[in-house]
Amino acid sequence: MNRELTRVSALVLVMFLALFTSSSIIQSVQAESLNADQRNSRTIIDSFVVERGAILVDGQPIAQSVPSNDLYNWQREYTNGGLYAAVTGYNTLDQGNTGIEGAMNAELTGTSDSQFLSEIERLLTGRDPQGAAVSTTINAAAQQAAAEGIGDFTGAAVALDPETGEILAMYSSPTFDPNQMAVHDSQLVIDYYNQLEADPAAPLQNRAIGGDLYYPGSVFKMIVASAALKTGDYTLESEFDNPAELKLPQSSSVVKNSTEGQCGPVTDDKVDLETSIVYSCNIPFAQLAAELGEDTIAAEAQAYGFGQPLEIPMGVTPSSYPSDMSEANLMLTGFGQYDVRVTPMQMAMMSASIANDGTLMKPNLIDEIVTDNLTVVSDPQPEVFANPSTPGIASTLRESMEAGVDHGYADLAQIEGATVGGKTGTAENGTDNEPYNLWFTGYAEQDGKKVAVAVVVVPEENISGQGSNEIASPIAKSIMEAVLNS
Amino acid sequence: MTNALQTGVIRLQEATQSIRVRMRNPQKVRGVEAWLLVVAWAIAGGAIMMTQLGALGAIDATVLYLAGGLGLLTLAVHIVLRFVAREADPFLLPIVTVLNGLGIAQIYSIDIANGHEGWAADSIRQVAWTALAIVAAIIVLVVIRNHRVLTRYRYLSMFAAIGLILLPMVPGVGSTINGANVWISIGTFSFQPGEIAKIFLAIFFAGYLMTARESLSVAGKRILGLRLPRMRDLGPILIVWLLCMAVLVVQGDLGTGLLYFGLFTVMIYVATGRREWIIIGMVLVVLAVGVMFTLAQTHLSEAAGLGLGRASDRIDIWLNPFDQELFEQEYGGSGQIVRGLFGMAHGGMFGTGLGLGRPAITPQAADDFIFASLGEELGLVGVFAILALFFILVTRGLRIGFRGPDDFSKLLAVGLAFVIAIQVFIVVGGVTRVIPMTGLTLPFMASGGSSLLSNWIIIALLLRLSDSIRKTQEVDA
Repeated sequence: MNRELTRVSALVLVMFLALFTSSSIIQSVQAESLNADQRNSRTIIDSFVVERGAILVDGQPIAQSVPSNDLYNWQREYTNGGLYAAVTGYNTLDQGNTGIEGAMNAELTGTSDSQFLSEIERLLTGRDPQGAAVSTTINAAAQQAAAEGIGDFTGAAVALDPETGEILAMYSSPTFDPNQMAVHDSQLVIDYYNQLEADPAAPLQNRAIGGDLYYPGSVFKMIVASAALKTGDYTLESEFDNPAELKLPQSSSVVKNSTEGQCGPVTDDKVDLETSIVYSCNIPFAQLAAELGEDTIAAEAQAYGFGQPLEIPMGVTPSSYPSDMSEANLMLTGFGQYDVRVTPMQMAMMSASIANDGTLMKPNLIDEIVTDNLTVVSDPQPEVFANPSTPGIASTLRESMEAGVDHGYADLAQIEGATVGGKTGTAENGTDNEPYNLWFTGYAEQDGKKVAVAVVVVPEENISGQGSNEIASPIAKSIMEAVLNS
Repeated sequence: MTNALQTGVIRLQEATQSIRVRMRNPQKVRGVEAWLLVVAWAIAGGAIMMTQLGALGAIDATVLYLAGGLGLLTLAVHIVLRFVAREADPFLLPIVTVLNGLGIAQIYSIDIANGHEGWAADSIRQVAWTALAIVAAIIVLVVIRNHRVLTRYRYLSMFAAIGLILLPMVPGVGSTINGANVWISIGTFSFQPGEIAKIFLAIFFAGYLMTARESLSVAGKRILGLRLPRMRDLGPILIVWLLCMAVLVVQGDLGTGLLYFGLFTVMIYVATGRREWIIIGMVLVVLAVGVMFTLAQTHLSEAAGLGLGRASDRIDIWLNPFDQELFEQEYGGSGQIVRGLFGMAHGGMFGTGLGLGRPAITPQAADDFIFASLGEELGLVGVFAILALFFILVTRGLRIGFRGPDDFSKLLAVGLAFVIAIQVFIVVGGVTRVIPMTGLTLPFMASGGSSLLSNWIIIALLLRLSDSIRKTQEVDA
C-alpha cells in the first residue's frame, strides 16, 4: 500500500503546487492588469482615498484634491475648469478618467512603478498615501489667449515650442466643466455626461488631438510644397500654368482659385510656387499634386507625422492622407481637400518642424512629475520625433510662409518686432455651402524665442470677408504674442 | 518528474521519522504541542487584534471573545489529549488553531466592513460554531479510544452517509440556499448534512475496502487492454457512489460531488493498487460532464429544477470571466469570481493588512470566497503561508497513512487527509481559476458551521489514529 500512498502524496504535492502557482500568477504577474481593469471598484475607491496629486500650470494647480467629509476623503477641484478641460480631462468616481487625469492616473494616485520606493517609505513611516503632482508644459497666458481668441466658435488651437516639443497651449471649443464630472454622486455625473454627449457641438471631443478630425484645406499645401522641394526638381521659382479654371480629368468638376480668377496680384500665363503659396492658389497645387503623384505626397505626409501613433501622454488620433485615388481626387488633395484629415496638433507639428530647421520634436505635455516630498519622479527631456525635411528645405518653406504673412493671405498675423511665417487655409466641409474650416498655422520668432501654432475654427455660417485670414490669423497672432511676451 | 516527486516525498518521510525518534517520550510530544500552541495563539490572537486595530483604529472587548474563545477551546483539546491520546501527532492541533484563528480574523474584518455586530456577526457565530465543533472533536477523542471499533460500524456509516445526503430532500426540513438544495434549517441555523456525510463515507470506504481489497485486486475481463475488476466485486461500492453522485447532481452541489468522487477514487486506488481504477474514474467523470452538458442544453434541467444548468454556466465563467456580458449577468455571472480576482490583485505581494482591504466588495467574501479575502488582506505572502500550513496538515495525515499498523487505519488516514487536500484544491482552485468554481468551503477558515464541525471531527480522528500508531509501535519495539 505504501507505493500507492507515495503516488497519492505526489498527487497532493502537484495539487498544492498548482495552487501556489495560480495564486502567484494572480497576485504578482496579473496584479497590475487586474488593478487597471475599468471594472475594478477597489482601485477606484483607493484612488479617492489617497490625496490625488495636483495638475499644475506655471506652478499653480489647475486640478487639485481638497478634503471632503464623505466616504471618499477627497474632492477633485478644477480651477478655471473650462479653460483647461482639454488638458486635464476629468476624474470621475466610477465613470472613467480622461485627459491627463486618465493618462497619468497611476502617477497621480502614487501607484506607478517609478513611485514604488516612496510607497515603501510611506509604508514604513505610516504617512498617509499621496499621489505625485503632474506639472504641465502649458503656458497660462497662451492658453488664455487661445480661449479668448476662439471664443464662441467651435474649433481648437495648439501651440508648441518648436525646439523642445513642449505643448504651450491646447484648447478645444466648446469646452465643458470638469468639476461637474467630479462630484461624488454617480447619477449627477451620468446626467451631466449624457447632456454633453447629446450636445451637437460635442464638447467632450478634444478637437485639438482627436474627435472627427478636420479637412486641412490650404494649410496642407506646405506639405505638398515640401514634397516638391525634396524631389530636387522644384524651387520656389518653379512655374505652373495659370488658368482661371481647371477642369479635372475624367470629372465634371472644375477647380478655381479662391479669387475665382488667375493666381497672384499680377496675372500672367505662368505663376511660380512662391506666389502660389503666398496667395494660396489652388490650381497650381492641383497641377503640382498630379506631377508629384500620390505616393510622393503620402510619404511626405507620413514624414511629418501622418498615420503615426503619438502619445502626449494622451493618445493623438493619427491624421490621414487617402490612398488609391483617381487623378481628380489626387489633384484635390494638392490643396488639402478630398479626404485629407488632420488634427490641429498635426498642423502645429508641421509648422514647428519648419521653424526648427526640419527637425520635428515630439510634442509633450508633461514638464515634470514631483512627489509630495519634492522628489522628481520623472522629468521628460525633449525627444526628436522625426526629421521630415532638411534645414535647406525648411528655410525655403519659411521664406514663402514669411512672405505670406508679410504681404499675402496671412498678413493679419503680423507681430511688431517679430519674424512671423504662416499659412492660412479654408477647407470646404461637403458641397453645399456648409461652414468652412478656417485655418492658420505658422510660427513666430523674437529674440531667440520661438513658437509654432495651429488654429482652426468653424463659424456658424460662411460670411463673405470673414475668411481664415480675418478670423484665424488674429487668434494665432494673439497666442504667439502671449508666448513671445512671457 | 514522478520520480523526483516520489524522492521528495520519501525524503519528507525520513525527515519526519527522525523528528519522531527524538520525540519518543509521550510527555515530550505533548510538550512540543504546548509550545506550538502558544505560537499558534499568538498568531491567531495577533491577527484578530490587528484586524480591529486596522479597521477601527482601537481595541475593544470583541478581541477577547474571539481570540480568548479560540484559545480556551484549543487549550481544552490539548488537555484532553494529555489524558486520552498522549502520543497523538503534535502538529495537527496548532496548525488547525492558526487556520481557524486566521479565518475568524478575516471574517471579523468583513463583519466590520458590513457593520455586523453581536449575534449577527459571522465572526461571533464562527467562534460559537468552533466551540461546538471542538466539543464534538473532544467527544470523538474521548469516546473512540481505539479506532478499530469503527470497522464494526462500516455499513452503519454507509447508511448514515446516504441518510445525511438525502436529508435536505425531505420536505419541510430542506431549504435551498444560493441554488443548492443541500441545507437543512433548524430555527435560524442552516446546516449542510453532506459535510458530515463525507466522514461517514470515508469510514465506510475504509472498512469495506479493508475486507474487499483482496477480491477487488483480482482481475476480471480484459476490455480495450484494461484488466477490469469483476462486476460482483465492483457492485456494492459503485452503487453507493453512484447514489451519492446522482443525489448531488440533482441537488446542484458539484463541489461536494467532486469531493466524494476524489475520495472514492483515491481510496480504492490505494486499497487495490490498480491504476485501472483511476482510468475508470476519469471515464466516469467525462461521462458525467457529457451528460450534464447535454441536459443543460435541453433546458430540461431548469424545467425540472435540477442543478445541471449551473454546471455549464460555471464552465463558461471559468473560461471567460472577463467577458462583459457574463460580468454583468445578475445570476450565475462571473462578477463574483472577477471581484475575487480583483481583491487578490489588490492585495498584491504583501497584502493591504488585516482590516485594511475591501474584501466585502466580493459577494460571499466570508465563506466561498474567503481565500480571495485572505489574499487581499494578507497578500501573496500570507496566501503562501496558509497553503503551506494546509500542505503540512495533509502530509501529517498521509504520514499516519504510511505508518499505519493495519489496512483500516492506513485507508482511513489517507482518506481523511485527502478529504482536506481536495477541499482546499477545489475551493482555492475555483477561486484562482485552476478549475471551474464550485460551492465548497475552505476547511477551518470559511464562515460556516457544518464545515467547521466536520473538519474538526476529521482532525479528532487523525489525532486518534496517530496516537494508536505510536502506541502500537512502542509495543512492537
